[in-house]
Amino acid sequence: MPTFFEKKQLVTPGELLAEGDYLPGENTFVENGKIYAERIGLVDSDNKKVNVVALRAFYVPKMGDIIIGTVTEVGFNGWTVDIKSPYTAMLRASDVLSRPFKPQNDELSAVLNAGDLIVAKIASYDRAHDPQLTVGEPGLGKITRGQLLRVTPTKIPRIIGRKGSMISMIKQETNCQIILGLNGVILVTGKTPEEEEVAIQAIRKIEEESHTSGLTDRITQLLKEKKQPPQPEETQQ
Amino acid sequence: MNEKTEKLIDKKGIRGDGRKVDELRPLKLQVGVLPNADGSAYIEHGKNKILAAAYGPREMHPKHLAQADRMVLRARYHMAPFSVQERKSPAPSRREVELSKVIKESLEPALFLELYPRTGVDVFIEVLQADGGTRCASITAAALAIADAGVPMRDLVVACAAGKVEDQVVLDLYDAEDKLGSADVPVAYMPNLNAITLLQMDGILAPAEFEKAVSMAMDGCKKIYEIQKEALKTKYMVVKETDKEIEE
Amino acid sequence: MSSLVTKVKVKQIEALLEKGTRMDGRTLLDTREIKIEQGIIEKAEGSARVLLGKTEVVVGVKVETGEPFPDTPKDGVMTVNAELVPLASPNFEPGPPDENSIELARVVDRGIRESHAVDTEKLCIEEGKQVFVVFVDVYVLNHDGNLIDASALAAMAALLNTKMPNYEIKDGELKIKQGYTPLPMKSHPITVTIGKINGKLVVDPALEEESVMDSRITFATNEEGNICAIQKGLSGCFTPQQILDASKIALDKAVELRKKLNW
Repeated sequence: MPTFFEKKQLVTPGELLAEGDYLPGENTFVENGKIYAERIGLVDSDNKKVNVVALRAFYVPKMGDIIIGTVTEVGFNGWTVDIKSPYTAMLRASDVLSRPFKPQNDELSAVLNAGDLIVAKIASYDRAHDPQLTVGEPGLGKITRGQLLRVTPTKIPRIIGRKGSMISMIKQETNCQIILGLNGVILVTGKTPEEEEVAIQAIRKIEEESHTSGLTDRITQLLKEKKQPPQPEETQQ
Repeated sequence: MNEKTEKLIDKKGIRGDGRKVDELRPLKLQVGVLPNADGSAYIEHGKNKILAAAYGPREMHPKHLAQADRMVLRARYHMAPFSVQERKSPAPSRREVELSKVIKESLEPALFLELYPRTGVDVFIEVLQADGGTRCASITAAALAIADAGVPMRDLVVACAAGKVEDQVVLDLYDAEDKLGSADVPVAYMPNLNAITLLQMDGILAPAEFEKAVSMAMDGCKKIYEIQKEALKTKYMVVKETDKEIEE
Repeated sequence: MSSLVTKVKVKQIEALLEKGTRMDGRTLLDTREIKIEQGIIEKAEGSARVLLGKTEVVVGVKVETGEPFPDTPKDGVMTVNAELVPLASPNFEPGPPDENSIELARVVDRGIRESHAVDTEKLCIEEGKQVFVVFVDVYVLNHDGNLIDASALAAMAALLNTKMPNYEIKDGELKIKQGYTPLPMKSHPITVTIGKINGKLVVDPALEEESVMDSRITFATNEEGNICAIQKGLSGCFTPQQILDASKIALDKAVELRKKLNW
């Protein structure tokens, strides 16, 4: 039962990863009892499970996921929302208005208009139906300020860190509120643009260096440096 | 087909462009060359210069083309008017329609079509310069563009032709050999899964020559595969910065 | 080109193949019954109707005069066009040729062209100026699978039935004379298509088999047992061994058909 990779090795689709007594994890597939990579990414194994952390992927909706989306269309009884996925999401008017929706009285565009950003939860989704969103929970709804950035969705767990350690550290050190949409869209809201900028830099650094070790230390370092007044020679990696 | 021209292979077994019978043309591959596409690749295979872009998976347009149980792959192979000696009309020719179809069918076996129902992936291929073997070079580049878009794949698809020139089976025909040779056998292949995804032939070959041509083309594919994998890895090792995009 | 088939039928087809037989009772290597009628369209210089099982194709050949291609000034011209006419199947729609009919035409064309079936050199009237142009029009009238083989067969049967007007050149002008001569032919390619269903190779797939098969491969071969055109189709793949097996089956089948057709 051999494996054919070293930890964190960069692999391409179709590369043989393991044979025999192993389990196919994320971004892998099995053919004739052999485990192969299906995306470009970094291999990792946890116990008997072989995973590929994809360096490029797209978002596939999952029920319960918190996402950030853009309203693209106001319809008769709801909104169409771009969630940076192959599937377009729908938000029903009744979900927002929390009462029966009357087309003759309610002007939907006054509530949410094309171009508005929302934080929402995937309420339902299956192979046959496009995802339905809900905003009927605390913390969900229209976004009015902050900065957005987009990362490959597979990087979100790295940004969260082990038991949320990474993201809590960034939040704490920058005084920013950060919402990580599992669709790879991130909202950073701070008291000042400077604080937001530091948080974004930290997130970018994690995205770029997610496959290297000692990342937590380097992020800590970055946040500490940025907290002090900028020094003239300081260059940023 | 044509009367006597210069010999395409000399007595020492060297071809018109200086190659041995089983030698590939120089090859250059680059991934992530088009910022607007979800994935892209550029190939120079001999004098062929070809761009491939992948968009998706995304909602199908027009919507009625979406399939309830699978993803739809569309491919468009197109030659630029200036890509050949005589200007080619930009309207798609019958040849381009057929090649678009066989290229699509050569890539489909690599995709998990059933995983993303109702979506579509579009692959656009533009031949900027043609020098024989454009369908093969297009497939090699298109597979990279799809992988670069993050679409899961069973394997990269790689393609290469073999053929018959001056009574010899040779690898990777260039323009003159393609026109004056007596057979051309383009092959697309998934090396790790040992699966042939495109096979065409025109010309005349004895069964033994055909067998030899297929195996020679597969050997060529395996060599190109190494370059292909390297090109994909290079993008993700070196150019990480270009991946950023901040939205307002 | 395929239409939806129920899961039950898929299982049925696959189970039968495991036992070495098919829905219509054939073995994996049997071709359906072939019927050929020639000369059915009097106004065409050549014509044929082919029935391959229930698949029906009519081919008409028209011979006209025209200019040769600049790169082959001494050769006549032969072109193949295919129409999937809407009356042949609920899945065919009127309109310009789609990728399926273009592929069909080009695969039929390739078999005839690459085997040098039509002796185009003998179709030259005046080098570089005037040649005979042979239009081969494939008309699919009923689609019950394997349009490629039925069309290739019908195209060859029609070409073999084609008569060219006798002519002479007087003062640089073409004069049509009394009587006809047969279109000059050099070779009789035979086209055999093999489908792959669940890893099994089947000759001459019928429509319901086409809707479950994941790939097909077509070989055109000539009298000498050489291969002159190949086309793999559909979104599946073949192992190299399956390709070789298929080529051997196609060559054997061609020999058998050649005897039957006396080609």
